[in-house]
Amino acid sequence: MKRLLASTALMMTLALPATAQDYTPDPNAKSGGTITVTYKDDVATLDPAIGYDWQNWSMIKSLFDSLMDYVPGTTTLRPGLAESYTLSEDGLTYTFALRAGVKFHNGREMTAEDVKYSLDRVTTPATQSPGAGFFASIAGYDQMTDGTATSLDGVKVIDPLTVAITLSRPDATFLHVMALNFSSVVPSEGVDAAAGNFGQMPVGTGAFKLAEWTTGQRVVFEKNADYWRPGVPYLDGVTFEVGQEPIVALLRLQSGEVDVPGDGIPPAKFQEVMADPAQAARVVIGGQLHTGYITLNVTLPPFDKVEVRRAVNMAINKDRIVQLINGRAVPATQPLPPSMPGYTADYPGYPFDVEGAKKLLADAGLPDGFETELYVMNTDPNPRIAQAIQQDLAAIGVKVTLQSLAQANVIEAGGAGTAPMIWSGGMAWIADFPDPSNFYGPILGCAGAVEGGWNWSKYCNADLDAEATKADSMADPAMMADRMAMWSDVYTKVMEDAPWVPVFNELRYSMKSERMGGADALFVDPVSIPVNYDYVFVTK
Amino acid sequence: MAAYLARRLILSALILLGVSLITFFLLFVLPADPVRQIAGRSATPQTVENIRTQLGLDQPFLVQYTRYLGGLLQGDMGRSYLQKTEVSSLIAARMPATLLLMAGAITCELILGIGMGVAAALMRGRLGDQALMMTSFVTVSAPQFVVSLLMLYVFAVQLNWFPIGGYGTFAHLVLPAVTLGLLGSGWYARMVRSSMIDVLRADYIRTARAKGLPRLRIVLRHAMPNAVLPVIAMIGIDIGMFMGGIVVVESVFGWPGIGQLAWQAIQRIDIPIIMGVTLVSACAIVLGNLLADLIAPLVDPRIKLR
Repeated sequence: MKRLLASTALMMTLALPATAQDYTPDPNAKSGGTITVTYKDDVATLDPAIGYDWQNWSMIKSLFDSLMDYVPGTTTLRPGLAESYTLSEDGLTYTFALRAGVKFHNGREMTAEDVKYSLDRVTTPATQSPGAGFFASIAGYDQMTDGTATSLDGVKVIDPLTVAITLSRPDATFLHVMALNFSSVVPSEGVDAAAGNFGQMPVGTGAFKLAEWTTGQRVVFEKNADYWRPGVPYLDGVTFEVGQEPIVALLRLQSGEVDVPGDGIPPAKFQEVMADPAQAARVVIGGQLHTGYITLNVTLPPFDKVEVRRAVNMAINKDRIVQLINGRAVPATQPLPPSMPGYTADYPGYPFDVEGAKKLLADAGLPDGFETELYVMNTDPNPRIAQAIQQDLAAIGVKVTLQSLAQANVIEAGGAGTAPMIWSGGMAWIADFPDPSNFYGPILGCAGAVEGGWNWSKYCNADLDAEATKADSMADPAMMADRMAMWSDVYTKVMEDAPWVPVFNELRYSMKSERMGGADALFVDPVSIPVNYDYVFVTK
Repeated sequence: MAAYLARRLILSALILLGVSLITFFLLFVLPADPVRQIAGRSATPQTVENIRTQLGLDQPFLVQYTRYLGGLLQGDMGRSYLQKTEVSSLIAARMPATLLLMAGAITCELILGIGMGVAAALMRGRLGDQALMMTSFVTVSAPQFVVSLLMLYVFAVQLNWFPIGGYGTFAHLVLPAVTLGLLGSGWYARMVRSSMIDVLRADYIRTARAKGLPRLRIVLRHAMPNAVLPVIAMIGIDIGMFMGGIVVVESVFGWPGIGQLAWQAIQRIDIPIIMGVTLVSACAIVLGNLLADLIAPLVDPRIKLR
């Protein structure tokens, strides 16, 4: 993780233009043209407070802006609607200076009142935002949640172009939170005019605006000619066609009708595409902030014994599982994916060692193994992966029964704590923002180990929780390296307790048409998945 | 007639009530929590409880069901949990495409099915009959996904006769309608064949033949109207099936029908949408059957509605 801006003092100012770390425009980029993107699932909503899907995440990013943003194709923060910010000496109050002259799609100028309105809107219970929890560190959040306040106490409008946000505790991830879609700035009159249908009639400040939406068929974006970032977007428009099978999208790509198949290359066609040099040349491979893992429920015997959990870790042949999914992943050694800041590159993980695993089981008093259940989501390739896990565990005497269920049922069993083992495929954690803390709290920390929480191992280590809290209170960018070292240590200690078997980190294979231009990084953008629409262009 | 209609309508309403009760109950006992889907994975227990209270999902089953029914009687199908849009407008938006595909598919089914059935009956026991019945068996058993993709690949990608999926023009309709027609024609063919064989054995046909009437006239004018009677009842059932949505064919051809809406709602446990689609398709089945029963006496005056 690069620092936002080098600064040794705790009181710091972010000057603009943030030259060194910002994006260098592509000299070959041309303006004009439109592209077609396909998806299988319909677009549920374009309301930034609600949208939390695979496909609408990047669409919302192009319609709206937040105070913070990322350098395209990277995980580096850069200023968005905020031109600069200062952090108070106690590390609790962020004062953002807003960019002047930024206009909403309806023509009105964006002000600090809109920032306050938007944060109030996303945290008020009536909105039912799935992202409300990200704002828990803002002062007054609890009062919003329990209904005793209608406005966040910690968000103050200083003047039309200055907003101060006070936190109830130091939060090193706060600037990432301010870059989330959920923090998008929306105009109150646009929300009111939509009368409950803002998700269908979005108004933002983004590079594109909504031109047409035909339910179940297509969503059309057109260029926002008044966009405040100079020079972008390059495209005149983007058409999203929904309701299309990935395999049909690929056929249409081959016949030149589609530019980006949003759901990627269908598994059944993967080898064919990669074996054809012409097609393989149009595939961009990138990392993804994703880990596929097996949770071992530490509250259910025999997984309450650390030897047993370590034995399971050593029994899984991760290379073979990666082969099962056509090599579209790399074997994992730890909870964090390699592209995440804080990843410990020299941590080797548990070796694949069947004899060693058997010995550990014997040490735990289970020389003959035991019987258990593995919950798995019932869509390909997850049942096949679960079978491989079943075979691997059979080799050390552990008899596994598979419970292959619909996604919601697996999540329910995981939350209730009744599932001894769960393969996370299809429900796995993909980071909301590129910070190591995002992989801890809800899925490995004590806060998530409650009824209905996402910590399916029910693993709760108070010492590590304390260390995590300490790391996240280091909001000074100058302490970034120390903070990452602490996180690296937290995850290494988690692996000693082995509540998970980290199995693999998925790679992304994005495909594009011949006429698409723009750096490869834009097509595997870690934040705008699948494509950063604001910066790609067409060559013909 | 009026009494018959009134009785049937009351019965239909009771059936729909039963369907709504059972569906609502099944969704209620489902071991999965819709609130968690709405609240997202970063939600605190407090947020989860807030949403549960707002949606009334903390209430006992009967309270929830009565509320839903009350809304329904006022024409309010509720709002989608996840999209926050009104369910009625989501369903209405998908209605034109659903109806169009249904009409196209049933037309194709009838043309193919009746054609095959009549031809097989006329060639009864011979090679042609066996070939046609074998064909109908294959079409009925063929997996939708494979046939749809095959049709798309051959006629759209290779021959370039039709667009590769989508919705809008007549050309877009042809492939999905023909695919569904082909897949469903087998049922019609088998039914028409057997009823045609029965009719051709009947005395009045023998009389007509003895009178020296041309064979074509006997088949079309005398035998057909009686032989297609069961087909009308079958169309009634078909209408309901198509209104429930044909997920696979819709998604291969990118057809914005009701099936895709239902499928996504089921995956996300979006209860208002699941209820809405179920009731609309149940309505269609009930009305389709009623319509078929009302049409039957027009075709066959011997049938009396009581």
